[in-house]
Amino acid sequence: MRVIKDNAIHEDNWVLISEPSQDDELPGGDLIVPFDYWKENQAICKQRDDKTAVCINGDNNIAELADHLDQFQLIALEFPAHKDGRCYSHARLLRDRYGYAGDIRAIGDVLRDQLFYMKRCGISSFAIREDKDFEDALKSLKDFSVTYQGASDENLPLYKTR
Amino acid sequence: MYIYDEYDKTIVNERVDQFRDQTRRFLAGELSEDEYRPLRLMNGLYLQRYAPMLRVAIPYGLLSSNQLRMLGYIANKYDKNYGHFSTRQNIQYNWPRLETVPDILADLATVEMHAIQTSGNCIRNVTSDQFAGISVDEIEDPRPYCEIIRQWSTFHPEFSYLPRKFKIAVSGAENDRAAVQVHDIGIYIVKNEQGETGFKILVGGGLGRLPHIGVVIKKFLEKRYLLSYLESILRVYNMFGRRDNIHKARIKILVKAIGADKFAEMVEEEWSHVKETSLLLDEKEITRVKKYFAQPEYDPQANNDETFQKNLSENKAYSLWVKQNVKNHKIPGYRAVYISLKAPGNPPGDATNEQMQLVADLAEKYSFDEIRVTHDQNLVLGHVKQEDLYSVWEELKSEELATPNIGLMTDMICCPGLDFCALANAGSIPIANQINKYFDDMDYLHDIGELQIKMSGCMNACGHHHVGHIGILGVDKKGNEFYQLTLGGTAAMDATLGDRLGPAIPKSDVADSIKKILDAYVEHREDGEQFLDTYRRIGMDTFKKSVYAEQKGK
Ligand code: SF4
Repeated sequence: MRVIKDNAIHEDNWVLISEPSQDDELPGGDLIVPFDYWKENQAICKQRDDKTAVCINGDNNIAELADHLDQFQLIALEFPAHKDGRCYSHARLLRDRYGYAGDIRAIGDVLRDQLFYMKRCGISSFAIREDKDFEDALKSLKDFSVTYQGASDENLPLYKTR
Repeated sequence: MYIYDEYDKTIVNERVDQFRDQTRRFLAGELSEDEYRPLRLMNGLYLQRYAPMLRVAIPYGLLSSNQLRMLGYIANKYDKNYGHFSTRQNIQYNWPRLETVPDILADLATVEMHAIQTSGNCIRNVTSDQFAGISVDEIEDPRPYCEIIRQWSTFHPEFSYLPRKFKIAVSGAENDRAAVQVHDIGIYIVKNEQGETGFKILVGGGLGRLPHIGVVIKKFLEKRYLLSYLESILRVYNMFGRRDNIHKARIKILVKAIGADKFAEMVEEEWSHVKETSLLLDEKEITRVKKYFAQPEYDPQANNDETFQKNLSENKAYSLWVKQNVKNHKIPGYRAVYISLKAPGNPPGDATNEQMQLVADLAEKYSFDEIRVTHDQNLVLGHVKQEDLYSVWEELKSEELATPNIGLMTDMICCPGLDFCALANAGSIPIANQINKYFDDMDYLHDIGELQIKMSGCMNACGHHHVGHIGILGVDKKGNEFYQLTLGGTAAMDATLGDRLGPAIPKSDVADSIKKILDAYVEHREDGEQFLDTYRRIGMDTFKKSVYAEQKGK
């Protein structure tokens, strides 16, 4: 999967399986599976030789994942449309409430002009929509050099430094 | 008023650059209309019926003279020489060209202004009481808290893609002049039994298609918890507000669907996690922001002036203006002056460049360099010495800004309607004109007394028609403009939604129907009763009969 991560463009081995069939075995390789699939097939996911990550959408209850976070090197958050903002809250809960330290990846309708907000909410890699210019998107992470409120990236509000 | 430091300036300048680039990419075809829309909306830019419309933020309605001069300059340079003050204390330009909007934003930034979050599904400009800091009924000045909320909500990374727009209003007085109860979050500054001030929090108010008065979910919130509590409300809304149906996406629908108690419980639960985090508001920060709103240096001799009484007794037109447009100030010898943007024939809330320049000069000369915008679309000079009132009046007259009609029926709230707005069903401004022409007798208007007419060109209710004493809603009947009247609404402390009068009436009959409503009022009013009092006492029937009687007989 091609992503922006650590201020650079990377290609990594994660593959998103949006609709794993219930009976077949999962293919090999590092996979991102839907949250609902993971819930029902936790044993299968654990036994795999390769890595498994989970993909959360706005409808999912992130609290159900809270006790299992250390199994995941990556959690994907799905933005079905760029204006669906629920996963911003999911990201903040993962980071600030549940202390998740792995990679949080935005997937779906991920566009340049939302990256700055995503980053502030604790999202650490961005699977930009494939038809978009990754180089161009990279620039947006520097849109603002100052922010008012605390968030997952910078905990303290600006006024503390004034 | 609040003055930007280097940080604030950087943020606004970086926003201008960001938007310039977004607009460039849109014009170059790199951004689709769908992708550009939320971006331009978060800068207050709509694509309207005839041209784009740009809404510029006036945080809690406060302007310096230089800022107002810039607003006039922009009207002249980029638009047709006028701007429209809206019910959210903002200003709207109806004719800018899309390509020039980045330049307008750059000009605004030079006077510490912007169009950030004046539209879009995000936290909008915070509104407040136009008499903040000067009224006799004030518990505490709300403006420092408005500014604190403004900063917290500006580019809030978690709450910039909410299910729907989100409006917050704050009032610190005993009388509500900010329509607090019809906001997504309404905040009243209150005193508890120990005499400490804190906040009463309401949620779920709003007009539009399904109007609601807000409900109290927190009776007393300590000041240091302001931001953590707001953040909790917003998080619950962001996660659970409906996103499948744009008409059901406001927080009022969520609160109604799950019940205010359940909603409050969810907020409390969320709050229990974030209460004591870095969201705690430092006392030091409150003090720092308060300094920007410190009292100006009033003249201790102001009350010794004798010319004021003399002018009142000698000039009838002047004394009428004072009676209607000049309000008390907490400091003896000072007054607050309403500048009416409701002259007959003027689209309510519109001001020309020349008018803005004049008001800016008057503010500089007579009112500590400060202007306030009201949610009922007028301007206020907050602190005028009574000895200066006569000069102010004379100068205002020269630009038709001294119509003595504040609070009277011609002081209407009116949305842009069919003349500008792409969503409108019917015109609003032509109805305002019709009413102004029909009721041109000042003595009659004064006899009728306090009467708020509010009108909207469609269900979206930008003109607050649900909370007008008389509300007028434009509807479309088979391609014809019709108007649905409501009676008895108010956005004051005793906020109430108006009741429907009956079937919608044709465009030509609106003023005439209002006359019939007022005839019934005049006939039935008791001593000292205003229209709303009489309506509340006698109910709808009498008014209904008065308006529809003949039509039935036909
Ligand atoms: S009420 Fe309707 S017609 Fe009037 S400005 Fe709002 S959206 Fe437009």
